[in-house]
Amino acid sequence: MKFAVIVFPGSNCDKVLYYAIKDGVKADVEMVDFRNDSLAGFDAVLIPGGFSYGDYLRSGAIAGHAPIIPAIKEMANAGKPVLGICNGFQILTEIGLLDGALIRNKNNRFICETVPLKVENDQTIFTSEYQQGETIMIPVAHGEGNYYCDDKTLARLKANHQIVFTYEDDINGSVDNIAGITNEKKNVLGMMPHPERALEELVGSADGLRMFQSVLKNHMDRVNQ
Amino acid sequence: MTEPTATMIDQEKLYKSWGLSEAEFKIISEDILHRLPNYTEAGLFSVMWSEHCSYKNSKNVLRKFPNKGKRVLAGPGEDAGIIDIDDNQAVVFKAESHNHPSAVEPYQGPATGVGGIIRDIFSMGATPVAMLNSLKFGNLDNHHTKYLANEIVAGIGGYGNCIGIPTVGGEISFQKRYENNPVVNAMCVGLINNSDIKYGQASGEDNLIIYVGAKTGRDGIHGATFASDEFTDENKTQRSAVQVGDPFMEKLLMDACIELVQKHSEWIMGIQDMGAAGLVSSTAEMASKAESGLVLELDQVPQRETEMSAYEIMLSESQERMVLCVKPEYKEKIIEFFENAGLDAVVIGRVTTDKQYKIYQHGELVTDIPVAGLVDDAPEYVHEGTMPERLTKDDYKHQFEPQINSLTETWLQLLKQPNIASKEYFYRTYDSQIKANTVVKPGSDAATIRVRGTNKALSMTNDGNSKLVYVDPYIGGQNAVIEGSANLIASGAEPLGITDCLNYGNPEKAEIFWEFNKSVEGMASVCEKLELPVISGNVSLYNEFNEEAIYPSPMIGMVGLVKDLKDVITQGFKRVGDAIYLVGQTNDDFNGSEIQAMQAGDVKGELNPIDLEDIKHTQANILKAIRAGVVNSCHDLSEGGLAVALAEAAFENELGFDVTTELSAVATFSETPGRFLVSVSEQDRHAFEEYFENNLQYLGNVTQRATLKLTTNDFTAELTMSEALNTWKEAIPCLMK
Repeated sequence: MKFAVIVFPGSNCDKVLYYAIKDGVKADVEMVDFRNDSLAGFDAVLIPGGFSYGDYLRSGAIAGHAPIIPAIKEMANAGKPVLGICNGFQILTEIGLLDGALIRNKNNRFICETVPLKVENDQTIFTSEYQQGETIMIPVAHGEGNYYCDDKTLARLKANHQIVFTYEDDINGSVDNIAGITNEKKNVLGMMPHPERALEELVGSADGLRMFQSVLKNHMDRVNQ
Repeated sequence: MTEPTATMIDQEKLYKSWGLSEAEFKIISEDILHRLPNYTEAGLFSVMWSEHCSYKNSKNVLRKFPNKGKRVLAGPGEDAGIIDIDDNQAVVFKAESHNHPSAVEPYQGPATGVGGIIRDIFSMGATPVAMLNSLKFGNLDNHHTKYLANEIVAGIGGYGNCIGIPTVGGEISFQKRYENNPVVNAMCVGLINNSDIKYGQASGEDNLIIYVGAKTGRDGIHGATFASDEFTDENKTQRSAVQVGDPFMEKLLMDACIELVQKHSEWIMGIQDMGAAGLVSSTAEMASKAESGLVLELDQVPQRETEMSAYEIMLSESQERMVLCVKPEYKEKIIEFFENAGLDAVVIGRVTTDKQYKIYQHGELVTDIPVAGLVDDAPEYVHEGTMPERLTKDDYKHQFEPQINSLTETWLQLLKQPNIASKEYFYRTYDSQIKANTVVKPGSDAATIRVRGTNKALSMTNDGNSKLVYVDPYIGGQNAVIEGSANLIASGAEPLGITDCLNYGNPEKAEIFWEFNKSVEGMASVCEKLELPVISGNVSLYNEFNEEAIYPSPMIGMVGLVKDLKDVITQGFKRVGDAIYLVGQTNDDFNGSEIQAMQAGDVKGELNPIDLEDIKHTQANILKAIRAGVVNSCHDLSEGGLAVALAEAAFENELGFDVTTELSAVATFSETPGRFLVSVSEQDRHAFEEYFENNLQYLGNVTQRATLKLTTNDFTAELTMSEALNTWKEAIPCLMK
């Protein structure tokens, strides 16, 4: 299985995401520059955190117009795994692959902390290695992680089990404490917390590893079928 | 605007407003140039001869610091110092102050300070891996201080979070003297393979000078001179001298420079960042180091404003700019390389052999001065010091005697003192975990990051208890270094070396100079004893507001090597049943202490002499015990003494303790340096005790019960975990409301 890590100007979690695949789950991974317009040959796309284009204008807004974006949409439409973390989540909402938007944290301050998340849906390709209802410890680091959507959208997300992770405590004002959601087909996941920073107990938590293992395992299962 | 003529500058003494004295102007015109300098030249001299660039008031004091050591690969004089950490790797670090800019522009001031110190690290070819900061604010009892604190912390976080370097540690303290002149010191730590080290040199005739990064504007002109002046109500609003930062641009610049050094080292002769005094300082210093000359063509310098004069272009402190000296045959490749990274790179000059610094603009030679005159010939001032009057008073001999009616009450009261209370409110706005290497996060004695791909880690800390330096500059100075070293030792690291920021008032005042000189002597004595070279640093003088100076505030930034990840240790108790020890003797050390500040409302009185041999011995044995694997937690005792250290050790994992000491209640707040609070597994007690002969006291055990129980020879106090923890955690959020 081959992963692409998309690198935008200002991405700053790209290398750690690369290590998460290469050293964490020992799969094939390549950094892909935002100026490319094809993702041929890749089985999954990872959009890293950071401050693409300095978050100037609005977080994720400028990256949403990069040459690589149509290729990412193609992958999503083809049902391949697309994972956006932090700024990657913001970009996914900007380009319409995910519903809602990420706005300023409710207290207007950046927050960095390893927080408990609840696994709300273990039936996705990203979460099958977790247990439904399980609490996992994953770091967050964001100033604009306050997930917002209207009531209608929220009802749809709930009905279709698209809410995958929630914060156990209200850390940023997100609607229903939402930390991560998928698209309807559940092959696109956006989340504010950083699973790629939680691969080893040495740095505080290894709970993020199972997310990447899930993606890899589901892919291999499908290939082997 | 027409520029003043050379004659006008001389006769109307215009140079004075730029910070040059009459005597200095005379040296320039008579000894160096043998003619009057024109407007541009006078401007270049004024900024290069400012204290910030020339260290003219501090050089002879700074020489007291040792800067050699068997691991030192580069010391003072480079953008940052470098220390070998084995395996052909080295650690690069430096700290810098941005006090004045932060006072007038509290978001952009610290942000650009962070940007500047990061450039100092990657200009050596190193990859920045961590940041720390030391902040000193006024008391949190007024709107202005709260505003400054919020904005300064946001500025630091805004830059560091965006560029993607974890801010892992530091210190924050509060005292009225910093109300209008906050101290903002930022430190950056980088890693490098020894073969990639680059120096800021412009060598080799006809090699090219390339400018990379943001365009030059009129911002920050005379920033270095501004930083070398005192604050008054009048110049408080001197905003034109403060720059604006763009962390996104710096991220592009950083990544490109590091990749260039790692992949195409042979293309570059030298690389330097444009910091204080911008283009002139960076290029002149590069030429000076290589004993070369330079010709610069200002029309080539990318400008974002029109009709900028040579003076403005040379003195601008626009951010996110670098200068490279490259071999001509690689010119096209380098420009293309930077273009691909989204950056403008242009040739702005070349290296010559005549040792002259020449600048052309619009085809005219606007500057022609000797490089050495500009960089090396600033006069050196040896000031006379006088012991400050406050230190000569009789009551200075007296040891403060704390009053305790209830140990519980005093203990809780101390836990909520802003200098002791949790600083999480501030540090959780810094991304401390980016890069996923942070093993010990903010809040312990030192922060620790692993060196990816190895079994090593680096611990780092910022220290400087200015209350102690204020009451006793020499011993207070000693204490700053001891504290830094102790924090690293307590985290399982072997201290490698030091960077410093020396923040003081106006050195032209005899009492201030005395404090500066004495405290440096104190620090240097410990550096010598503990064999800690000072490899980089910065001096920030003239920290005064309306003639009142800040406390003498040296900040010691220290980095240590953890040789094996298994040695990484934190201050918090780990397991119920572990034995708790106090290592080191406790004396009556209340002068300059938190309890004195709290009970007397001020600090005063001389400090007891420190037995450095004893400090060295204890620290070495702590490290040995940690490496032997018989220590579960270790905490350096500092502000608030034993009582506060016990509480802090309990908070980390919310484990209680039951401790009995033969000390009096008052003594549990003494701040005698050189002590550690250690917890040890029951089965390791004997092995642990072996390291310390009689220099330790068994205190009790870590308990399951969520209570903090402390029995002294005269009092007993028992706090519930929730009460103690809330008091300590909520103090600052409550004050910031």
